[in-house]
Amino acid sequence: MKLRRGVRFHDGEAFAAAAVKFSIERHLNLPGSTRKAEISAVTGVEIIDDYTVKLVLSAPSASLLAQLTDRAGMIVSPKAAQVEGENFAAHPVCAGPFKFVERVAQDRIVLERFSDYWNRDSIKFDRISYLPIPDSTVRLANVQSGGLDLIERVAATDVEGVRKDPGLKLTAITGLGYSAIVINIANGERSKTPLAQDVRVRQALQLSIDRAALNQVVFNGEFQPGNQWEPPGNPYYVKELPIPPRDVSQARQLLAEAKQPNPTVELMIPNTPELLQAGQVIQAMAQEAGFRVTIKATESASLIQLATKGEYQARLGGWSGRTDPDGNIYNFVACNAPLNDLHYCNPEVDRELDAARTVEDPAERLAHYRRVAQQILQDLPLIYLWHNKWLWAATPKLAGFTPYPDGLIRPQGMRLE
Amino acid sequence: MTTDTLEAAREITLVRGDSPWRQAWRRLGQRPAALVGLAVILFFVGIALAAPLVSPYDPIATDWLAVRKAPSLRHLFGTDEIGRDVLSRVIWGTRASLLAGLVSVSIALALGMPLGLVSGYQGGIVDGVAMRMIDAMLAIPFLILAIALAAFLGPNLTNAMIAIGVSQMPVFARLTRAQVLAAKHEDYVEAARALGNPDRRILLRHILPNISAPILVQATLAIAAAIIAEASLSFLGLGQQPPAPSWGSMLNTAKNFLSQAPWMAVWPGLAIFSLVLSFNLLGDGLRDALDPRRG
Amino acid sequence: MTTFLARRLALVLPTLFFVSLLIFGLQQLLPGDPALALAGEDRDPSVVAYLQQKYHLDEPLPMRYLLWARGVLAGDLGESIRIKRPVLDLVVEKLPVTGELAAFAILIALSIGVPMGVLSAVNHGTVVDYAATMTALWGLSIPNFWLGILLILLFSVTLGLLPASGFVSRAESLSHNLATLAMPAFVLGNAIAAAMMRHTRSAMLGVLSADYVRTAGAKGLDETRVVLHHALRNALVPVITLAALDFGALLSGAVLTEQVFTIPGFGKLIVDAVFNRDYAVVQGVVLCTALAYIVLNLLADIAYVLVNPRLRG
Repeated sequence: MKLRRGVRFHDGEAFAAAAVKFSIERHLNLPGSTRKAEISAVTGVEIIDDYTVKLVLSAPSASLLAQLTDRAGMIVSPKAAQVEGENFAAHPVCAGPFKFVERVAQDRIVLERFSDYWNRDSIKFDRISYLPIPDSTVRLANVQSGGLDLIERVAATDVEGVRKDPGLKLTAITGLGYSAIVINIANGERSKTPLAQDVRVRQALQLSIDRAALNQVVFNGEFQPGNQWEPPGNPYYVKELPIPPRDVSQARQLLAEAKQPNPTVELMIPNTPELLQAGQVIQAMAQEAGFRVTIKATESASLIQLATKGEYQARLGGWSGRTDPDGNIYNFVACNAPLNDLHYCNPEVDRELDAARTVEDPAERLAHYRRVAQQILQDLPLIYLWHNKWLWAATPKLAGFTPYPDGLIRPQGMRLE
Repeated sequence: MTTDTLEAAREITLVRGDSPWRQAWRRLGQRPAALVGLAVILFFVGIALAAPLVSPYDPIATDWLAVRKAPSLRHLFGTDEIGRDVLSRVIWGTRASLLAGLVSVSIALALGMPLGLVSGYQGGIVDGVAMRMIDAMLAIPFLILAIALAAFLGPNLTNAMIAIGVSQMPVFARLTRAQVLAAKHEDYVEAARALGNPDRRILLRHILPNISAPILVQATLAIAAAIIAEASLSFLGLGQQPPAPSWGSMLNTAKNFLSQAPWMAVWPGLAIFSLVLSFNLLGDGLRDALDPRRG
Repeated sequence: MTTFLARRLALVLPTLFFVSLLIFGLQQLLPGDPALALAGEDRDPSVVAYLQQKYHLDEPLPMRYLLWARGVLAGDLGESIRIKRPVLDLVVEKLPVTGELAAFAILIALSIGVPMGVLSAVNHGTVVDYAATMTALWGLSIPNFWLGILLILLFSVTLGLLPASGFVSRAESLSHNLATLAMPAFVLGNAIAAAMMRHTRSAMLGVLSADYVRTAGAKGLDETRVVLHHALRNALVPVITLAALDFGALLSGAVLTEQVFTIPGFGKLIVDAVFNRDYAVVQGVVLCTALAYIVLNLLADIAYVLVNPRLRG
């Protein structure tokens, strides 16, 4: 891997191969590192010369490059990291266009322009302040009143108003993640339900849901309906398996065949307003096919633990999404994978997934994922429903804002007029 | 036992003619604000009981084509975010709010009054320990205690009511104890004790009826506070869960649609406000009526 | 006096002990595992294990209490799992914010409640009495988060006069500081105004019928002077002491107000910590507020006793 020359860290140290080796090894070895799982294929970093490193892998990894575009590939100043030790995260020192000024917990994070940034001509701001505001109504009020220049995650139902507002500019792009109904297939006692045991019941559930109407009612049509872990339009979306339309009579027929005309389903939902709404819509739709769905709203903090222990029949969940398709499917359906709390296990699927990980050619990978999709969409351990869109509202004075599917705001090229 | 004391004891039972309660009731009748409050409360109780008859639609029936529609002849209060009739949900929500108010305070009374009675009457170590625990609960801000309890029990209406009830308990324990302490040395108690009445009888038959006035006032005001507490917990996602209607959770959803569908928030907010105000007015009126000094 | 003081002080310790037990129990028994919640989306088992070990989450409950209690007595309230800073630092940082909000709110409450209370007491039983009672009561009857959102809609979105959220410290800019606190302080103060009004009214009613006031009236002094100088001065003592006891109500109110207006104070800190299972923060902050409440109560009791020597002993 060749490194860019003429790059400096915020503390003035030069960026070179030693720093890359240090950072990657730190990501792998720091106790409690949440980056380890992402680049676990890397066993060592060799310095070839000052601007060339070699990453030694335990097995071919098709997703590694994508991982390195995310946090795992962020290089920190070795000197600062060694000096600060555990406190490094409180005032990080890296090599990006802005350097850290201050962070007041729950109030703001302030960054200041770094004059020695290698691409300094593309940066037109002196300061950026990030203000965490959990309530979407308040966020919108702030940007409408001019208190903020840019907000992210406009509520889907506010989008219409933002479009019509001459004082605001909307930017949208489909995200990398998905939302789905996850069914507890084999994790513990609570998986002994008709839904988990009989694939026809799961297929009936899918057929009772009108994804387009769901999107329309809950998100005003703003999000992207889907039926796979990649959204339609993504190169790894399997075009041969399009979104099935709603078919209530077919659903009822399947339930009759399965001798379960009125299956009960307890749907666990994190108590965020949008997901609860979606859950209620699903409840109403499924009822027409004969399902008796009860909603169990659960606090997010409890939900993760309940999911891991298998204390649920079905849950409505989401995944924030990764650039590489492997990050959106492997850990959820591979046998004994960390995020596979539904305990779905199919050795054929595992073989295809493993192959897809190690192959480089996109067409070959797609072939593997096509076979995975065929099995998954047949077995339906997850019923994929929609993909969130990243929605930003900004003052019309903001120009040059390019949206990315990972939702990150990249200041290069942005300016206020 | 002297004849004087026996006569005094008999006097207590003879002078029942114009009881303090009847006097208070008359005084209450002279306060229009309190009567208005009472009338509004009775109105809401009526609505709650007659909900199946009065409500135009099923409160959880959704209608995709009627999402967030403004008030009209078909839907007098408009529809909500998934097409349900707001008027029906407000009507049915009355049950949850009234229940939240009444059940929470009942729990608080059931836990707090016995504690206060025993603590105040016994005194000594029992009193000391009980009061330290009560002080500890009072030292934690009410809503924070309720949030912690509700999170601990799990988010639903029943648990919210338990959480609120337990959080309100210390106030009633304290109040009861203070009243018992004051009553302990009154003549009628001395007389009853002198007559050989067992402690429990004295507490229940003699002291309790005479101290119930301020407790009643506090209970009325506590119901108002409990209704707001339920709305607050629902606002944070810890109270009544969808699709069941409750004014608090309706407000929680409505806050995301303030500019597109303000009616979603107006009606439940108004409902909470009127019911809570009524309980406050009634409580205030009761306090004035039952306290002869204020006359 | 000293025995009274000594006795009251001695009671503080067992109360604090019970507070610590109560809040520790409530926190630690909350469902959900903070290590799991903090390990991030990927739920890497090695990260979970590391966090469990670091925050002693794998130890038995009584052991965890002892570890925490020992730390508290040494002045260490523990560390926030989420923000990764000592709880004491967070308390010191957030306290002035909520303190300022509370002070502003009390000011508003006093300026609504006291005049209403005086008006009510002086015109006892008339329409003015009822009108004043209603005005103060409406603040108590309206859910504060609801009022907050309506105010944001009116003053920020529609009129653009005030910022919708956030907090600017006095050091940065006094005008911005006042602007960010105006609406939240009003919302918070509204609710307490009713209590202030009631206290003032009952205190005034009690005082107005007192002998010395009637004597002053008999001497021919102008009625307003009588009211303002004599009655109010004496009525204010119980009002102020009772105001100290409303401290708990202030903090309760602050919880939701800070949430709606995104004010980085105590209330928001606690609520977020409960939902994130950030045990140390909730335990530490509640312990601090409990201590403050107990101290304020003690001061109020002392003030009462100083005013009324009959209560001693």
